[in-house]
Amino acid sequence: MQSLFAGAFGQPCVISIDLSDMESRKQASIKKENGQMGMVPLFQGQESVTGEVRIDPLPGRKIEHQGVKIELLGQIEFYFDRGNFYDFTSLVRELDVPGVIHERKIYPFEFSSVEMQYDSYNGVNVRLRYVLKVTITRSYVPKIVEYKDFWVRNFQTHPDVNNSIKMEVGIEDCLHIEFEYNKSKFHLKDVIVGKIYFLLVRIKIKHMEIEIRKRESTGSGANAYNESETLAKFEIMDGAPVRGESIPIRLFLSPYELTPTYRNINNKFSVKYFLNLVLVDEEDRRYFKQQEVVLYRVD
Amino acid sequence: VTAAEEQDKWLADAMALVQHNAFFMHRALDNNNLRDALKYSAQMLSELRTSKLSPQKYYELYMKSFDELRKLEFFFKDETKRGRTNADLYELVQHAGNILPRLYLLITVGSVYIKSKEAPAKDVLKDLVEMSRGVQHPIRGLFLRSYLAQVSRDKLPDVGSEYEGEGGSVNDAVEFVLQNFTEMNKLWVRMQHQGPAREKEKREKERRQLRDLVGKNLHVLSQLEGVDLAMYRDVVLPRVLEQVVNCKDEIAQYYLMDCIIQVFPDEFHLQTLESLLGACPQLQTTVDVKTVMAQLMDRLSNYVASTPDVLPEILQVEAFGKLSTATMKVIDAQPDMPLVGAVSLFVALLTFTLRVHADRLDYVDQVLGACFKKLEGRGKVKDSKATKQIVALLSAPLEKYNDVVTVLKLTNYPRVMDHLDYETNKSMAVTIIQFIMKNNTLISSVDKVEALFELLKELIKDSEGNP
Repeated sequence: MQSLFAGAFGQPCVISIDLSDMESRKQASIKKENGQMGMVPLFQGQESVTGEVRIDPLPGRKIEHQGVKIELLGQIEFYFDRGNFYDFTSLVRELDVPGVIHERKIYPFEFSSVEMQYDSYNGVNVRLRYVLKVTITRSYVPKIVEYKDFWVRNFQTHPDVNNSIKMEVGIEDCLHIEFEYNKSKFHLKDVIVGKIYFLLVRIKIKHMEIEIRKRESTGSGANAYNESETLAKFEIMDGAPVRGESIPIRLFLSPYELTPTYRNINNKFSVKYFLNLVLVDEEDRRYFKQQEVVLYRVD
Repeated sequence: VTAAEEQDKWLADAMALVQHNAFFMHRALDNNNLRDALKYSAQMLSELRTSKLSPQKYYELYMKSFDELRKLEFFFKDETKRGRTNADLYELVQHAGNILPRLYLLITVGSVYIKSKEAPAKDVLKDLVEMSRGVQHPIRGLFLRSYLAQVSRDKLPDVGSEYEGEGGSVNDAVEFVLQNFTEMNKLWVRMQHQGPAREKEKREKERRQLRDLVGKNLHVLSQLEGVDLAMYRDVVLPRVLEQVVNCKDEIAQYYLMDCIIQVFPDEFHLQTLESLLGACPQLQTTVDVKTVMAQLMDRLSNYVASTPDVLPEILQVEAFGKLSTATMKVIDAQPDMPLVGAVSLFVALLTFTLRVHADRLDYVDQVLGACFKKLEGRGKVKDSKATKQIVALLSAPLEKYNDVVTVLKLTNYPRVMDHLDYETNKSMAVTIIQFIMKNNTLISSVDKVEALFELLKELIKDSEGNP
């Protein structure tokens, strides 16, 4: 949008960055900074990012410049330090030597087999983004800069080892349960299958639910900050069970906006997921057991 | 505000909300908007999550939702014509966050899924009955499972049904219904133990209102073509009785025993007498077993009366022996049973004997002998209800044989009669005399006359010098 009003802000040209396979390329629906949803092109690691940069001077204007370049940046930004990007990937292609642009000029570019090992991520306190940045350097006047965001998702293979989670928990002489989730690692469209077995029940339970909780950890040491969000509340039992009852669990993950588990991304942040089993008694006391699960993405 | 008014108000509020959400659901259905249809139907069904309504009011709310769910069912059926698979729908409805709406929707889609035959009926049924475990609240669970029973009735892989074969076998059908029955009974029994002790009577009343929801399952079992005698004897009855005995609940035991006797055919009862009677002494001591057994004996004697060819079968299974053993066992197992209970059991047994084995005077005398044993050492019976039953016991052979001479052959007859109090004894003696007069009975031998006088001794004693 910015470039449309370029004239009004004194920018002498319109810059557009077009990817070469836009028709065939998948798009990702992303919540943008203004809170609205938008579509952006979707890539995965090791793909080539190719296209062209088009510079259209406004009628009657010409651009004297000290060079034109395009960069592919992978950046992490903390929201407490907004505007300050940490670049973990930075690739540059020089597009033009110093000179003057009188009329439309088109520069093809190619970043081949780019290492983009991290997924794009929009979190509560941090985001990881990939962006193409075109810069026209000028002397004595500000540079002209144009950005184009794109999104990266990486895919993983199914883990070799994927044990079930089985555990007996409780409060002495009050409540003993055994719960079981069929796996400890789930892909994003997976189903959590399990059951809760009641071994001892001396409290009046009103209902039981499973919460999917996401914990985003940023910073380290004194600056470490954890942000927990409950992404889902899924009721699995209504009423008070007695000893010996077993309650089935079947929770589809697809309706929720989940990301894979991210561990210590570039030593900057982590995103972890937990299943929180919550029992609520008739006095609204809550008993819970939280258990980490690993989420991963497959094709 | 009285409790009843409060109930009416809560029901009216809930009905209005159901109506409101149903309106938006209908609109979504008209627009083929699956997303909205699911959203509003789930909201509509959320009203069934209430804990405020009495079972009766809850039933009204349930019926209203039931009607609305039929519309949704038709819509789901059309959805599959619009290219959505049943498997998709089956997953989609499970995204609902609250369990009760989720399971009502799941059962509704499940019903369409089975009909489409895209998945074997047995798998869908098994899943539905298993997932329903999530609802442990007695009333809400009972109605949910009742909904499951209702919509699955015509979709069981019974012998000769269109769902048999790839959809499963009658074994799967039986397993499904038995499981639903067991869980429903558990919930029904659990109702008894929830809430304050002072409302015990109210709860019992409420439970009686809901009993047919549980009994419906037995009815379904009895309607299955594939449940033949072997299946009934080896699978159905043992499983049902296991549940009946283990639930240790008076109301459930009485109702279910009665229900078994009512819904399954006499032929089955005759061939499984031992198991059925074997359960009787194991019931809670407060259960009115005598009525249950009387019902059974009554049915069997009617069965013989209407189908005389089964008589040899009755002899072959030794029905009399089994019934009288069971009667004694029940009486022994329940030492607190009031005398009237025991005697009425003998009356039932005697009625059966007279109708089925009229020629076996020894059987008749055996029953009287058993009764005498129970009375022995107690002196005259004071309890008027028990007295009435003893009179009934003594009158039955008279009425049946219409001949005092035959009755005089029963050695235990005077022994039982001895236990009647003076007044009753006298009137019983008068009854006997009236029988003699009416039939112009001739008594031919001395010992018979002695026996008769023995019977009438109280009468004679009182009117001394006037034999």
